[in-house]
Amino acid sequence: MLTYVLRRLLTAVPVLLGVTVINFIIMRMAPGNPVDMLVSPKLPAAAAEARRLALGLNEPAYVQYGLWLKNLLLHGDLGYSLITYEPVTRVIFDRMGPTLLLMGTALALGLLVAVPLGVLSATRQYSKLDYLASTGSFLGLSVPGFFLGLGLIYLFAIQLQWLPSGGMTELGGSGGFVDRLRHLILPALVLAAAVAGRCIRYVRSSMLEILGHDYLRTARAKGVRETLVVGRHAMRNALIPIVTVIGLEMSVLLGGAVVVEQVFAWPGIGQLTLSSIMSRDYSTLMGLNLVAAVSVIAVNLATDFIYAAVDPRVRTSYEGEGAA
Amino acid sequence: MNLFRRYFSVGRGRGPAMPGTAGPVLSGAGRGQSGPAKPEPGPGGLEAAASGPLGPYRDASRLPGAGPGQEGPGSAGPAAEIGAVPGRMFLQRFQRHKLGVAGAIALGVMALAALLAPLIAPYDPNAVTDSFGEGPSLRHWLGTDPIGRDMLSRLIYAARVSLAAGLGAMAIAAAIGTLLGLIAGYAGGWIDNVIMRVTDIFMAFPYLMLILVVASLVGPGLTNIILILGLLGWPAVARLVRGNVLAIKQADYVTAAVALGLSRTRILLRHILPNTVAPILIYATSGVAGAILDEAALSFLGLGVQPPDASWGNMLASAQSLTVLTSQPWLWVPPGVAIIVTVLAVNFVGDALRDALDPRNRH
Repeated sequence: MLTYVLRRLLTAVPVLLGVTVINFIIMRMAPGNPVDMLVSPKLPAAAAEARRLALGLNEPAYVQYGLWLKNLLLHGDLGYSLITYEPVTRVIFDRMGPTLLLMGTALALGLLVAVPLGVLSATRQYSKLDYLASTGSFLGLSVPGFFLGLGLIYLFAIQLQWLPSGGMTELGGSGGFVDRLRHLILPALVLAAAVAGRCIRYVRSSMLEILGHDYLRTARAKGVRETLVVGRHAMRNALIPIVTVIGLEMSVLLGGAVVVEQVFAWPGIGQLTLSSIMSRDYSTLMGLNLVAAVSVIAVNLATDFIYAAVDPRVRTSYEGEGAA
Repeated sequence: MNLFRRYFSVGRGRGPAMPGTAGPVLSGAGRGQSGPAKPEPGPGGLEAAASGPLGPYRDASRLPGAGPGQEGPGSAGPAAEIGAVPGRMFLQRFQRHKLGVAGAIALGVMALAALLAPLIAPYDPNAVTDSFGEGPSLRHWLGTDPIGRDMLSRLIYAARVSLAAGLGAMAIAAAIGTLLGLIAGYAGGWIDNVIMRVTDIFMAFPYLMLILVVASLVGPGLTNIILILGLLGWPAVARLVRGNVLAIKQADYVTAAVALGLSRTRILLRHILPNTVAPILIYATSGVAGAILDEAALSFLGLGVQPPDASWGNMLASAQSLTVLTSQPWLWVPPGVAIIVTVLAVNFVGDALRDALDPRNRH
């Protein structure tokens, strides 16, 4: 297991480094110059130049990259926002919580729907429920999040007036648990619908493969009740691969969050991304992109480790390859 | 139709060790038999199975194989069960998938409408008429927007944008991905290593976020969106193709071709490429669906197709205003429904293709 973990960690290092380089290159493509946006055109050219120097914008690209990487590694420093002059790390950190809350809730909700539906449609293959579930999963895949979000706002916030249409807390409200929960429901539902749409088919097919196995026949032959055969023997093995899906969801959900947070005015990473794009705050954008990519890599590593821990075949095969 | 032959083979992919074969959707979840695939001793894999052209995740090779408990992690999957799917049989099978047929028809109609937009659309999509923000009527079937443009005409013209974005982006992504995947899989060694590492790096960025950032840098517009989606969409294809090439490389007919002294390019283009077309095609359909959704999202956020040009995404953006949302549903419901219908149709076609092209699917 240790070998496996170490090997996976080692292969992640060049990828991480590559991520920082790509990130930097993209940001260097930026048109315009943040200084031009900050200072008034009436300012003497020399003063603008001084500001540019202060921000290090006149250095050659590789020097800027080296400096940026050094600061990042030594101090966890991602520089300062070009617009607000706040440290990027703090700006991102402040917005992280709401997004994680949103993504976590959506993932949990989505799996809560997808797992039972997937298992049921596998055990009752070609039944009405099966077709319903797979059609539903296609629908979940095909409905754009912003449209679903608008529809939900229209229905629940405007027509029925059950839930708020946006934000994370009521203005001037207590900001208590119930308040947050009410604001969380709609955006989480939008993301959860997509999660469920993506996952149902994986659960179903994973379950279907398991159901054909000899050990289940043995269990049945021994007179184990069907619910136990499915619920304990089959599901236990069928659901292990779903761990990987959680890693994949991380990347997709972060993208989805950008859209959903915009629709629901949810004060998270996604909204920060959009507002940074609009204000050309490249250092914040760079930090955001980097944090997002690193989280994706980290979560995928974690799910790989979990998978390897529960399923020994994974790590042995990995080691086998290394020896070859 | 030997194009479709032997496509269902499995190689060693990149992701973590995933036992089993192609993605579950291909082998297991298809409406066909998901009968146990025979374990087959294969080139024991640190990374098994990359060949499953899976739907929603770009990083599909990381997904669990179809048979987590079935095949040893080292098995190469059901490469032995490969058979031909001749053309006529393919059609028969495709037709059996009712939703797939419905999707194909819907797409056909949509494509026709997009092509013939100037003939069909009752008004010029950007022309201002004399009714402003009025609901559906006989003169304007889907009403007009606050500026006075006919919504039906805009809807029809916007179909061009969506279809162009979906097909264009996927074509670029498929071309780059196939080329790199072929090279990586066939060359092996450090070339393979470099290409796959770059693929890993691109895969690490959350797709939509990366696209947003790049779109904000190079500027909006349909051409730019197509280029961005295409140039950033290739890694998934590259992995898929590479996995297939690795498996096909070991087939006897490739060994035979090598023994005959055929050139590398010829083996790659004439013997290996045709046999990985089917999985690329299946992946591409879900890729088209994804690209259509991405374009809509970008345009919705204001970073895609810019007004006055119509796109379903930017038509929906107007609904962010509360008055439009509450009192002018004709402005935002039709474009939303259009997106859903299009994407659903593409996905159904993809599902039908998957069923029809899987040679193990013999009813």
